[in-house]
Amino acid sequence: MTAYTATVTVRLKHGVLDPEAETTKRSLERLGFDLEALRSADRFEIDLEADSAGNAEEEVEEMAERLLANPTIHDYDIDVAERE
Amino acid sequence: MTVSIIRFGGSNCDRDAERALSHLEIDAEIVWHEDGLPAETTGIVLPGGFSYGDYLRAGAMAARSPIMAEVRDAAADGVPVLGVCNGAQVGCESGLTDGAFTTNESARFQCEHVYLRVERDDTPWTEAYDEGEVLEIPIAHGEGRYEIDDDRLEELEAENRVLFRYCDEDGELTEDANPNGSKHNVAGVLGDRDSVAVLMPHPERVTLPDIGGTDGQGVLRGLESV
Repeated sequence: MTAYTATVTVRLKHGVLDPEAETTKRSLERLGFDLEALRSADRFEIDLEADSAGNAEEEVEEMAERLLANPTIHDYDIDVAERE
Repeated sequence: MTVSIIRFGGSNCDRDAERALSHLEIDAEIVWHEDGLPAETTGIVLPGGFSYGDYLRAGAMAARSPIMAEVRDAAADGVPVLGVCNGAQVGCESGLTDGAFTTNESARFQCEHVYLRVERDDTPWTEAYDEGEVLEIPIAHGEGRYEIDDDRLEELEAENRVLFRYCDEDGELTEDANPNGSKHNVAGVLGDRDSVAVLMPHPERVTLPDIGGTDGQGVLRGLESV
């Protein structure tokens, strides 16, 4: 077994309104920053052990499908790296 | 018959629901989710509140608690299930109903009276009303914006599974009357069966005549339809 850290990034699907991001953007503009757009995302870092990076990814994909993301509104991506 | 009102950690409209059902002389009891669904359950309420502190997404944690598998089984057997507010979020998160209730367009918690148009009068939840009738029912939520893929929404509408829409006093579906930015003003939807319904507004808060109206009574009556 090898130790991995899987990073899951969960984002709203393109076109789904993100009122929190809009509010954050407006706040940054109020602070004098000039920006075109702001998107927010949730990031989960999961430490786990698996036989291979592929197996780790498969396990984490199931976590994303079953809880971390809501497929109705979210897309997600997973990045798996070996842990020192 | 006994209606089970499922209490999760953070539910806070469970007692309101019990009180409202008691007023309608519908037998009901509050059930702690870890105790499982009682065998004699003839109706289920997923009450409002902030289960699990709305962590991750409103309703996400409660939707994955073991009792929800029992609730889905009961729903598939035809037991009426009503999700209100946080219970509606739990319903969508658990797959009982389509779509998702997410952050209000205003990004604020909104607590106000709204008008709902009854889209169907042939379901257990709306038998007491006429199609097109306008109800006045309060909302109290920060995450009530109905979100769903456009194609899926079209299917849902084609299948007549939108139960309530936000409207103005005259029943018009205007942008101004939509309190949270819900797609197509959707306030409540039906599941695969008409005996499963979720809505963000609180019918139990307009059931006791002394506290501001009785427009919600008919919705709760749906729990009697065994």
